[in-house]
Amino acid sequence: MIIAFFCRAVLLGVPLLYGSTGEIVTEKSGHLNLGIPGIMYVGAISGVCGSFIYEHLCNNDIANMNPFLAVLIPFFCSVLGSVFMGLLYSFFTVTLRVNQNVTGLAITTFGIGIGNFFGASIAKLVESEITSVTLSKTSSFFCAKLPFADKLGWFGKLFLSFDFMTYLAIAIAIAASIVLNRTRVGLNLRAVGENPATADAAGINVIRYKYLATCIGSAIAGLGGLQYVMAYADGVWSNNAFGDRGWMAIALVIFALWKPSVAILGSFLFGALCNAPTFVKGLGTDAMKLFEMLPYVVTIIVLVFTSMRKKREHQPPESLGLNYFREDR
Amino acid sequence: MTNEMIKPHHKEPLIHIVKRDDMVWWKAWLIRIATIIVAVFAVGGISMLLTGNDFSQTYETFYRGVLGRLDEGNTTMLWQYLQDVAILLCLALALTPAFKMRFWNCGAEGQALMGGLAAMICMRELGELPYWAQIIIIVVTSILAGALWGFIPAIFKAFFNTNETLFTLMMNYIAIQLVAYYVVVGSNGNTVLPTSSSGNLPIIAENEYLLNVLVVAVLSVIAFFYLKYSKHGYEISVVGESQNTARYIGINVKKVIIRTMLISGAVCGIAGMLLVAGTDHSINTNTIEGQGFTAIMISWLGQFNPFIMMLMTAVVIFVGNGFGKVTERSNLDKSFADIATGIVILCVVGCEFFIHYSIKFRSSKKEAKK
Repeated sequence: MIIAFFCRAVLLGVPLLYGSTGEIVTEKSGHLNLGIPGIMYVGAISGVCGSFIYEHLCNNDIANMNPFLAVLIPFFCSVLGSVFMGLLYSFFTVTLRVNQNVTGLAITTFGIGIGNFFGASIAKLVESEITSVTLSKTSSFFCAKLPFADKLGWFGKLFLSFDFMTYLAIAIAIAASIVLNRTRVGLNLRAVGENPATADAAGINVIRYKYLATCIGSAIAGLGGLQYVMAYADGVWSNNAFGDRGWMAIALVIFALWKPSVAILGSFLFGALCNAPTFVKGLGTDAMKLFEMLPYVVTIIVLVFTSMRKKREHQPPESLGLNYFREDR
Repeated sequence: MTNEMIKPHHKEPLIHIVKRDDMVWWKAWLIRIATIIVAVFAVGGISMLLTGNDFSQTYETFYRGVLGRLDEGNTTMLWQYLQDVAILLCLALALTPAFKMRFWNCGAEGQALMGGLAAMICMRELGELPYWAQIIIIVVTSILAGALWGFIPAIFKAFFNTNETLFTLMMNYIAIQLVAYYVVVGSNGNTVLPTSSSGNLPIIAENEYLLNVLVVAVLSVIAFFYLKYSKHGYEISVVGESQNTARYIGINVKKVIIRTMLISGAVCGIAGMLLVAGTDHSINTNTIEGQGFTAIMISWLGQFNPFIMMLMTAVVIFVGNGFGKVTERSNLDKSFADIATGIVILCVVGCEFFIHYSIKFRSSKKEAKK
């Protein structure tokens, strides 16, 4: 029971982990990307489109499918789609210097639109009566588990029973943490986010760093969408099923105090909170609705507490949300 | 050869961006309107690619999809369009004072839902009271509920500088869950709340949308004068420009933040009430349809001026609804509306760059020197 609860919490937390790692990388460059929810939709739907095409090329027969291609094609499509959105965002905010909040929200509207439009349109193509696309074959490759995991009892269940994208998420978060704190690239990136004018004077190519951080961050976030569809939802895309996970990922960034390593634990905690109502026995539907508030209430409490303590290392990057123009005084 | 050698080691960059002095207003507007037209045709082009319709078919559906058969005297669609514009504009009006103060209120959705929820509860519970008392109580409670939802993030922003963007965002979801809870409780375990016959706002001239449109029109005029000519409006813009300046000239910044958010939430509450008590007579978690986010962009596009916002709302809703119908008619999903809205908004905010900055090329600059 407790193990099952933990596993569900991890599974629910992984898309948030991808989203918040991506957002942390972006925010370190001084850009508050509110487009993450849209980008995660685009990442998901690009992967769905890729695997839909591949499944059709293989005549919908699992015997014809190459497991590596079945995973790589959606993966590559997903990265491509979300990097495109990241480029769009950085073109508007870095080059055209449009307000970041407005651009981000427009990207979110645009991205959710793309996700729902192509999702529902593909569903109509295969003439299913409900607006959902099922890609269970590709999903089975994504969910492939270690063969000996079941034999190891609770240990196997707790640590080895997940799909590879879960481990990838943790690996990416740890890697991001190391790059940000232990390398010269990370130091430069943080300098750009804290004070772009100083970084510029020190000879750092501010614009290149901002573009790269936003695009890499978007790619990571987009994978969260893909993981949700392929591993969590067993390859079923239905409109708006991804819900508000993108916003929770952004909230998680504050919860994690801009540290990817803290985000790992934070995302599992959020997963547990989202999961709590289904595990509490004897709740009616009405009480369930109230319980579903939990993650949001916790986020607010964390938000308030971090702002009250005002520790210097817990603050957002200094120039977060401000666009940089070299000739500004 | 010699020329090459004279060239300095570090070349001057090819393009060079300079801030422009204020552009003449009609030139700036020419750029904006041209951008909107180009964007609409670009989106039209994309929709033609996707649906395979030709040009005249697409724009016929586009126009009819929003305004319906005006030539035959059928104004139903037109009034629905005006209603959509009114609600979105009302939310954008609510957000504008907050944005002008650089307070990113992303919680219009939740504030409006709370207003609507308060109205709905009163409508269902106060059936026995005389009609005028019902209306007064509904108006007051929904304004209070919206204001409360704006007040909570505002006090934390004022006293602890808590990030308001995320705070207001999270408040949206709490409001959504409260509505979901009330729907389950109010319908005895069902998923849909039955429409209420009591406590509905009066219908003017047999047109259920006219009242909403009138209220919002009046609100826009009030908002214009409030922001431009009142002392409050002045304080808001000073706090937005620089909190230090505001403190220096003796403005109580905390008070201004809290007061402005109370107003912002209250107007959102009115929007929710107009929707619930005015037209829907029921409530669900999707009553506001995500317009709270679109309103943020509208407020920005309208440069905090209620009349420009009116124009932008009219354009954005027209494009969204119109292209939604175009793809729906061709058996594709209507969420193309969101794609269209996103593209048009991005184009319009993008074109501001060319209004505020000019691009100078290296070669032309050197020739100018000669």
